[in-house]
Amino acid sequence: MEGSTDTAASEGRSRLGRRLLTERLSSYWLQGAGYFAIALFAFIVLALLYQSLPLLSEYSLVQVLASSNWNPAENEFGFLPAIVGTIYVTALTMVMGTPIAILAAIYIAEYAEGRTKTLVSSFIDVLAAIPSVIFGLVALIVVVPFVGDYLAPALGSGATGTGIFTVSLVMAIVVTPFMISLAVESLEALPDELRESSLGVGATKWETIRIVLLRAAGPGIFSAVLLGFGRVFGATIVPAMLIGGQTQLPSSPFSTGQTLPTLIVNDFGELMSIPLTQSALIFVGLMLVVIVWLFNFSAMLLRRWLQQRWQY
Amino acid sequence: MTDTALTTENLAVTYTGNREVEALKGVSLEFPANQLTAIIGPSGCGKSTLLKSLNRLHEIQPNVEITGDVLLRDRSVYNTDEPVPELRKRIGYVPQKPTPLPLSIYENVAYGLKIHGRCDSKDELDERVETYLRKVNLWDEVKDRLDAPGAELSTGQIQRLCLARSLAVEPEVLLCDEVTSALDPISAETVEETLADLKEEYTIIMVTHSMDQAKRLADEVVFLYLGDLIETNDTRSFFENPQHERTQQFVTGHTAVEYTESSEESGADSETVPAER
Amino acid sequence: MDRYAKQRLFGLLARGSAALVVAVMVLVVSVTIFRGGRVLLTDPAIAVTPPGSRYMLEGDGGFLHAVLGSLFIVVPATIASATLAVSTAIYLQSDYSSERFSDVVNMFLNVLWGTPPIVYGVFILTVIIAVGAQTSLFFGIIAIGIFQYPIMTRYTDEALRSAPDTVREATYGLGGTRFETALMTLRAAMPGIIAGIIMGFARGIGDAATVLFTAGRSTRMPAGLFEPSTTLPVLIFDQAMSFNAEVRSHAYAASFVLIVAVLGLIIVSKLLAGRYARFAPGGRNS
Repeated sequence: MEGSTDTAASEGRSRLGRRLLTERLSSYWLQGAGYFAIALFAFIVLALLYQSLPLLSEYSLVQVLASSNWNPAENEFGFLPAIVGTIYVTALTMVMGTPIAILAAIYIAEYAEGRTKTLVSSFIDVLAAIPSVIFGLVALIVVVPFVGDYLAPALGSGATGTGIFTVSLVMAIVVTPFMISLAVESLEALPDELRESSLGVGATKWETIRIVLLRAAGPGIFSAVLLGFGRVFGATIVPAMLIGGQTQLPSSPFSTGQTLPTLIVNDFGELMSIPLTQSALIFVGLMLVVIVWLFNFSAMLLRRWLQQRWQY
Repeated sequence: MTDTALTTENLAVTYTGNREVEALKGVSLEFPANQLTAIIGPSGCGKSTLLKSLNRLHEIQPNVEITGDVLLRDRSVYNTDEPVPELRKRIGYVPQKPTPLPLSIYENVAYGLKIHGRCDSKDELDERVETYLRKVNLWDEVKDRLDAPGAELSTGQIQRLCLARSLAVEPEVLLCDEVTSALDPISAETVEETLADLKEEYTIIMVTHSMDQAKRLADEVVFLYLGDLIETNDTRSFFENPQHERTQQFVTGHTAVEYTESSEESGADSETVPAER
Repeated sequence: MDRYAKQRLFGLLARGSAALVVAVMVLVVSVTIFRGGRVLLTDPAIAVTPPGSRYMLEGDGGFLHAVLGSLFIVVPATIASATLAVSTAIYLQSDYSSERFSDVVNMFLNVLWGTPPIVYGVFILTVIIAVGAQTSLFFGIIAIGIFQYPIMTRYTDEALRSAPDTVREATYGLGGTRFETALMTLRAAMPGIIAGIIMGFARGIGDAATVLFTAGRSTRMPAGLFEPSTTLPVLIFDQAMSFNAEVRSHAYAASFVLIVAVLGLIIVSKLLAGRYARFAPGGRNS
């Protein structure tokens, strides 16, 4: 090729040059995009940290986390009620949602066949795609009256219907579809030999599922539950609509309360007037990021351990 | 001379998925007790289907239709009120791919014992686990790490672990689906030796694609071709004096052409071209 | 309890759980469709009428401002975010980066994926405060785009990884450059990528927490890129809390529009994925 001097060759060379230029330019762009996730995360943490400093320079970390007195107008910034509310809602939601999600996933992966299976899984897909504000809206006319008029009085509590239990119930509905699709995926990825091996020694279907399949799919199901956990923990709209928005330590599952995200939503009106409030609410954002990060990290370690322990 | 452990009566299996496939077209057979019967034939000829239909394992797949019957001793496998797991306890199955359950080595063997409530005490369980691990010549290799995950063993060891797991529930019949095909030659030899020891005590029915393995191990040979039973005989007569023309061709390795032709519709793989020599 | 009774019991429980989830889904969708449909049928104009001056108080006029706001925010956000997400995903493949690097980036993507949307809202708000701007359409686009980015990147990355190696080998074999090969792999992975982008779009159009403090929660028609606006989910959130029954009923109408849009997107994604599956060797792999 080097020796030929006609135009076709030089044209070929310039085309090659153009292609190599494209290659070079594109690789700069792609490299930038590759680092974007890291840069974004770092930027978010730094920005939130910087804006939280005014609060943290006035009060110590222990002071704001352990105080149950939240009153921005009086310069009282105690996050304990919101922290307790968040833990309460998350725990109740997971207790209600997880067993149902795992059982439903077992049904789809191990029991359903043919058209029923397609139908049920596409229903779950749809449920996962419905915006959470719609769940909140429907809950206002279905769940709130149910809890306020029947459930709470039946359990001896004089609640209005909005509160921690209502939020948890609705959040359980919001997160189950996510957990189900992930759990189904990991169950279906298991080789049939596992089922055959277990059934082949005379195990019942349920024994096979409980002892063999749930373990083998364990790391995947574990991730599914964690994903659900993360979504409940940071949920904003449904709690803001249904929790009642009172910053107090909750006394019963039916009492009103506040979660960390709803604190941000409900108190943002006061943001511009009281300078430290702004910093306090941004600090809530920082807390959410840090907890998510810690959680993801420990989950990763635990998942590795499970994978090692329950390999097949 | 010998009594019969399993009998199939006109057993036919049809897969009714997108395309209807008759995997087994009415097979009547007798499997003698305490002997090793090898089922041979080209890929996609219904060997595995026959094996799995003996303890109803094919039922975990959708779209399977079955007619005819299987008799374990004199009791029907298909027309019975007995729950299927009770049947599978008496007819065990070892899959082709070495598959440890996601449990420790010890629990893998104890699995069947526990679910059937065979052992009352921990000591008894320990003892049984040791017995069966010894039976498959695995005990000496694993006795120091019984709590390690089963999956950490080599594939050959895993396959023997699977055998121990199946034997632990004391089945009358053991079904083995090409149990050495996924192993390296040395592990395969160990597993073969184990099987040769075991056939004294158990009725073993084994699918194999290796003519040599059938010759070495089997007492009886069953030859299937495209879902039909072609010939069954004791190993010696089968190989030395095949009755059927198709058997002759297969045994001497002259079916390669027809085999390719027929395997194309069943989508069979080419790894198991019969009898290279 | 003997083991067969147990097996029956848990079989029933599994069936029951699935039935419960399906029943809830039918309930939520039908309440929204019926209630919203009734409001929309009596007064279909509210979906295409700009809001009156006292809309949030008395419900005069309609919610066209939120419909347009949603479109003006989510469409540009999806386009920008998808471009970036696909680029990131390409860079994470073995041709461009080491396994170690892509593991690290994937860890950060996981964290971003799990970060609550409200955090993105607060983050953009700190940016707005820092640059001294006001909440607007523009910052709504940025917030939604950031929220969609990890979702779309993960889907694209997975689709690219499951594209068969033969495509790469074949393109290199023809003398293709790294970039040309990446484009070909992209084509092979198209069904999964499309599904991921539509998934991101659906999540973006349904999310309220990210735009609550960034787009402005305005009750007027969007007037420009740097003017306040609102989206359907934020509007529904505000309407649902209203004391005026008329305004509350509009919330169902707006939900009807939103749920139809989201369901439509799912159907479109399934159809498109099927269409593009022709280019994916080995059929569908998403």
